[in-house]
Amino acid sequence: MNWNLFLTELVAGVSHGAVYALIALGYSMVYGILKLLNFAHGDVYMVGSFIGFGIITVFGGATNLSIPVWALLIVMLLCAMLGGGLLGVMIERFAYRRLRNAPRIAPLITALGVSFFLENAAQLVLGAQYQSYDSFGWKSPIALRHFTLPASTVISYAEVIIIAGTIVLVVALTLFVQRTQLGKAMRATSFDREAAAMMGIDVDNVIVATFFIGSALAGAAGVFNGIEYQQVWPYMGFTAGLYAFIAAVVGGIGNLPGAVLGGLTIGLAQAFSIGYISSTFSDAVVFAILIAVMIVRPSGLLGKAAVSKV
Amino acid sequence: MSTDPTDPSAPRVGVDEWVASHEQRRAYRAGVAGMVERRLERVPSPAFYLAFGIAAAVVPALTSNGYVIDVGLNTLLYMLLALGLNITVGYAGLLDLGYVAFYGFAAYGYAMLASPKFGLHWDTLAVIPLAVLATVILGFLVALPSRRLVGDYLAIVTLFFGELFATVYQNGEHMSFFGHFGAHDVTGGPNGIPNIDQFNVFGARIGALNYTAYYYVALIFFMVLLFAMYLVDRSRTGRAWKSLREDPLAAELMGMPVNRLKLIAFASGAGIAGLAGTIFAAANTAVFASEFDFTSGLLIIVYAMLILGGAGSLGGVILGALVVNVSLEVLRTPGHATWIFYVLIAATLVAKLRPWHALAIVLAGTAAFGFIVHAIVSSAWPRGVHGQAPVGGILGSGLSHWVILPSSPMTIGNVAFIFLVLAVLALTLLKGWWQKLAMIPTLYLAAFVWENRLAVEPSITRLILVGVILIVLMNARPQGLLGTSRVEIV
Repeated sequence: MNWNLFLTELVAGVSHGAVYALIALGYSMVYGILKLLNFAHGDVYMVGSFIGFGIITVFGGATNLSIPVWALLIVMLLCAMLGGGLLGVMIERFAYRRLRNAPRIAPLITALGVSFFLENAAQLVLGAQYQSYDSFGWKSPIALRHFTLPASTVISYAEVIIIAGTIVLVVALTLFVQRTQLGKAMRATSFDREAAAMMGIDVDNVIVATFFIGSALAGAAGVFNGIEYQQVWPYMGFTAGLYAFIAAVVGGIGNLPGAVLGGLTIGLAQAFSIGYISSTFSDAVVFAILIAVMIVRPSGLLGKAAVSKV
Repeated sequence: MSTDPTDPSAPRVGVDEWVASHEQRRAYRAGVAGMVERRLERVPSPAFYLAFGIAAAVVPALTSNGYVIDVGLNTLLYMLLALGLNITVGYAGLLDLGYVAFYGFAAYGYAMLASPKFGLHWDTLAVIPLAVLATVILGFLVALPSRRLVGDYLAIVTLFFGELFATVYQNGEHMSFFGHFGAHDVTGGPNGIPNIDQFNVFGARIGALNYTAYYYVALIFFMVLLFAMYLVDRSRTGRAWKSLREDPLAAELMGMPVNRLKLIAFASGAGIAGLAGTIFAAANTAVFASEFDFTSGLLIIVYAMLILGGAGSLGGVILGALVVNVSLEVLRTPGHATWIFYVLIAATLVAKLRPWHALAIVLAGTAAFGFIVHAIVSSAWPRGVHGQAPVGGILGSGLSHWVILPSSPMTIGNVAFIFLVLAVLALTLLKGWWQKLAMIPTLYLAAFVWENRLAVEPSITRLILVGVILIVLMNARPQGLLGTSRVEIV
């Protein structure tokens, strides 16, 4: 057993999974409330990543950075979350709101159109080529004073930043959903939209808030991905969105802890299959997990079996 | 939720009689137009299909232009694809997002069995049925795990299947399994499979790059399948599919085998895509995996065709594929595209803007606004008007006195594009005269963005257009051009 490879892939898988988990949370929240698969969500993540890239450029890049690196990181995250959230709210307002009571397939096709529009608009405005985040030493292996990692195990600062940042965001989201009034309204709306409306909850506001928070998380995920992999390009949202989707389904769509668990599962499965099998088949492994979950536990790992009422 | 009860298209609550008399209540237009409309409605739809077939058959005889035939062949392949997707999405209401993978699977299947790749040169009469059958079985297998679940899961499984297909075929030049069985080149990887055999029936073969022959092959297949679909549409299975689409629960309670119907719809859609794939492979003599992935836009284009024509309508398949593919081809040349852009905007305004004096005010206002802006910019910032118009001729020289054309339009054009999108969105929120007033700068901004960015990058503009078609149609006219509008019973 090669422990170095194992540990490297484990940390890579967890940090990768954390990014998927953040995107999957947005999918799951929107699905929980509107029963809509928001295909454009992955492209919000792409826009968030580009916003982070823009902030680095605005503050002078790696060569003449005008603020400390930790401050830059915070500004990047805040701007990406704000920008992503506003984009999500706009998508909801202009593309999905009119279709809320339409047949199920209509908003799905609209979501495909929105996703395709965002990808190509980004290609027009930002160019089709890959852009590169400056790295500020984020990718250098981490060095600890009292604890030595096994030789040749590579854990970078970026991975630690991503995992810690994700934990903070997930804890904040949990507190928000469990402890605040708006969070309570969200849970009520996702449980039964009509009954919630009858109880005096402003469902429109709740939906807007859901889109804002979910899309803000996707924007943060975009910045995290930029820190870890450096590259951003207009079509990055499609693949990442797809994995996050599967993560949401594997964990149980509509279930927030499930989205995190699903994200970690998919991230680890991908990392280990790249490390131990072959990168060509990592997609096939993820697909196999999806199919297995859908056959054995259609409601997902943490989802409750749906009781359909007539 | 936000429908106006006086709007005739709004759903009526619980009035069954109103629903039942939906067809009769349609008012015919007065005069000759109404008479023509009524006469046309009596003509059975196969007559229209036949007319289309005859018209399509004489096209190659009228022109010797290879480009027209090439576009025609492409359009027919799109029609076949839309016809197959019409079964899955239009009739059965299943969202199949891996549809293009079936097309690619059969194209690769044909390429592997009839090319120097593995030294196999099978007879076309054997390869086509084999490839189609394999695609049907694949479609069946993909739909199987999600058959019991709601449509959303099917969408995810098929979307990921489509991506998986593209990735595996893209990287299939060193196939190995857990490091065993060597590294075999199965799909040619990014180089695809070249030198595919032409169609070859009992020794008679189609000459290389003879697009006219493939045009007729595709046309014959399409017409046969179109009439078959016409019969299916009215058959027991067709009616069962449509009831499944409208209300799966009610269909199940009526004793319909819902799972079997879904699987049949999915697999037969995949089969038609497979047939189109074999023609595609033979006509193009090479296949590449990147042609079938999501970023190529093929899936979205086929969906746009189906939705534009009207899902569930056979005439809509023909019309949608024709309109979308021809407009995408026209967009390739900026000169034609610019004419179409302005004519289309003017036509939309004339059709939608009432009363007439509002239309006149908006048009005159836009023209005046443009000249004023142009005058201000040319005196304050001369470099702002010295750019090159993307088209020449009367239109180009006329426009260069009206639209601002900066000498370096890249950055300002990109910013303007974002503002244009925001302005159009804001326009949908305004009402009455405010909306008409806001239209004036928005129209000018649209012309500015078109001249400086969109007309310069036709390959991206066409894909943006496809996305916009889907969003706008779904919000404004979900039944498409020829589909029947849905009557909702609450």
